Amino acid sequence: MNTSVNLCGVTLKNPVMTASGTFGSGAEFSEFVDLNKLGAVVTKGVANVPWTGNPTPRVAEVYGGMLNAVGLQNPGIELFCKRDIPFLKQYDTKIIVNVCGHTTEEYLEVVERLAEEAIDMMEINISCPNVKEGGIAFGQDPKAVEAITKAVKEKAKQPIIMKLSPNVTDITEMARAAEAGGADALSLINTITGMKIDIHRRSFVLANKTGGMSGPAIHPVAVRMVYQTAQAVKVPIIGMGGIMNAADAIEMILAGATAVSIGTANFTDPKVSEKVVAGIEEYMRKYGVEDIKELVGAVQER
Amino acid sequence: MEKFEELAKVMDQKELSPGIFDLTLKTEQIAAHAVAGQFVAVYCNDKSKILPRPISLCGIDREDNILRLVYRVTGEGSGTEEFSKLTKGDTIKILGPLGNGFTVSSKKALLVGGGIGVPPMLQLAKEMKGEFSIVMGYRDAGTFLLDEFKEVAKTYVATENGSVGTQGNVLDAIKANELDAEVIYACGPMPMLRALAAYAKEKGIDCYISMEERMACGIGACLACVCKSKEKDEHTNVHNKRICKEGPVFDAREVEL
Repeated sequence: MNTSVNLCGVTLKNPVMTASGTFGSGAEFSEFVDLNKLGAVVTKGVANVPWTGNPTPRVAEVYGGMLNAVGLQNPGIELFCKRDIPFLKQYDTKIIVNVCGHTTEEYLEVVERLAEEAIDMMEINISCPNVKEGGIAFGQDPKAVEAITKAVKEKAKQPIIMKLSPNVTDITEMARAAEAGGADALSLINTITGMKIDIHRRSFVLANKTGGMSGPAIHPVAVRMVYQTAQAVKVPIIGMGGIMNAADAIEMILAGATAVSIGTANFTDPKVSEKVVAGIEEYMRKYGVEDIKELVGAVQER
Repeated sequence: MEKFEELAKVMDQKELSPGIFDLTLKTEQIAAHAVAGQFVAVYCNDKSKILPRPISLCGIDREDNILRLVYRVTGEGSGTEEFSKLTKGDTIKILGPLGNGFTVSSKKALLVGGGIGVPPMLQLAKEMKGEFSIVMGYRDAGTFLLDEFKEVAKTYVATENGSVGTQGNVLDAIKANELDAEVIYACGPMPMLRALAAYAKEKGIDCYISMEERMACGIGACLACVCKSKEKDEHTNVHNKRICKEGPVFDAREVEL
């Protein structure tokens, strides 16, 4: 049985990765999960300099999900390279660094700084709904998506994944723009912008007013977008959005994802990422699937 | 500090005062490794509720591996309402022990709790080494756990409506009873912590406060529950500390309140 997948030249032992922002750089979760068992760890977004993030409260639970507006708090690329990359290098897993910035120059500074680092890929966050400049501003206009992708590709030494926002009219348009800009892979979806109001205090629950919704309630939206995108582009897709278990992950793969990321589910069960790996293997045994690649995009019309 | 994810067994549950529940759990390892001031993340059985609820430890029996959680039901349909329906023999998933906990000193101390910040002070009171007194603040006559505090040390009370003890807040009770100390340990609402921190600063004494914030992961990965720190934090590399990891107990001088 073969669970390994090839993601733009990088071989992952299995298709299970962690979603950026939910897993830090793996240190905290390594007490619960054997990181060697994961296909890749995707780190929390890192910028050229440290970012303080948004005021609290930064999270709120909603029915079947949560809102977050952490605002990309991060320690900056220097400390990240000194501390987080060496930590992850101890493990037999692939390292994917999520990169954020306010401006093209800031993204490029991080991409260039990472050029000589021993990481496997970069995921460019052009879809964070919680920061005023950068983030999603690059991800909602196909011309901007293509331009930033191109600029990053010119400087990058590692394969580039563009992380797309669902907060657009047509995600396939953004996916095609990223592909045209030279993206090696796409990851989708980032969170869906939402809001929660405390009716007793008549105030916003989040200090940022709006936050990105994640969790099982958004899973069907993510599956639909992964399916549509898979029809529209040739580059591999990393599917994410509300994956809580192996069944959700397999659904995403059948929709067209080559790999999957586990995000919010890590908060519900710190051991879930490893359980998803085991669950996929169990599914493959049950249905006699020799190679996981047989499942990618294998959904059929009824 | 080692953390454990366990299916804890409910040994007992009772309602101490309207909406305040007292849950006794048998754990495999968590209680044996816990200290006063730490907390556990309690997961809901209702799958629509995806985040664990952080609940402080009111009692720790390390020998028999038993934890006591005293918590408030936050509303209809809430996760805590689900917990309040647990009865003997039920199981509930918990993760812990989490956070740093209090560091007990032998200095003359005041233990101060307000509202749902009262419960964790009981375990601390039982672990105190030197001379100390207790000041508890409640909204009204629903003075849960008060008798148990009185068994441990001299206990003063403040209630907002004046039905028991000093009318007003815990600081009013401290002043009315002319209590003095070399160190304050406190858990309660932010205005109370702010007032105590200012009072301690004025008196030139130590003050350790247990803070709370909305959490997601509970283990320091997601950066949801941060508070502002005076100095740049070593881990975050900004002026933010993680309440679930570096806290929940902080020296009042190191955080911005």
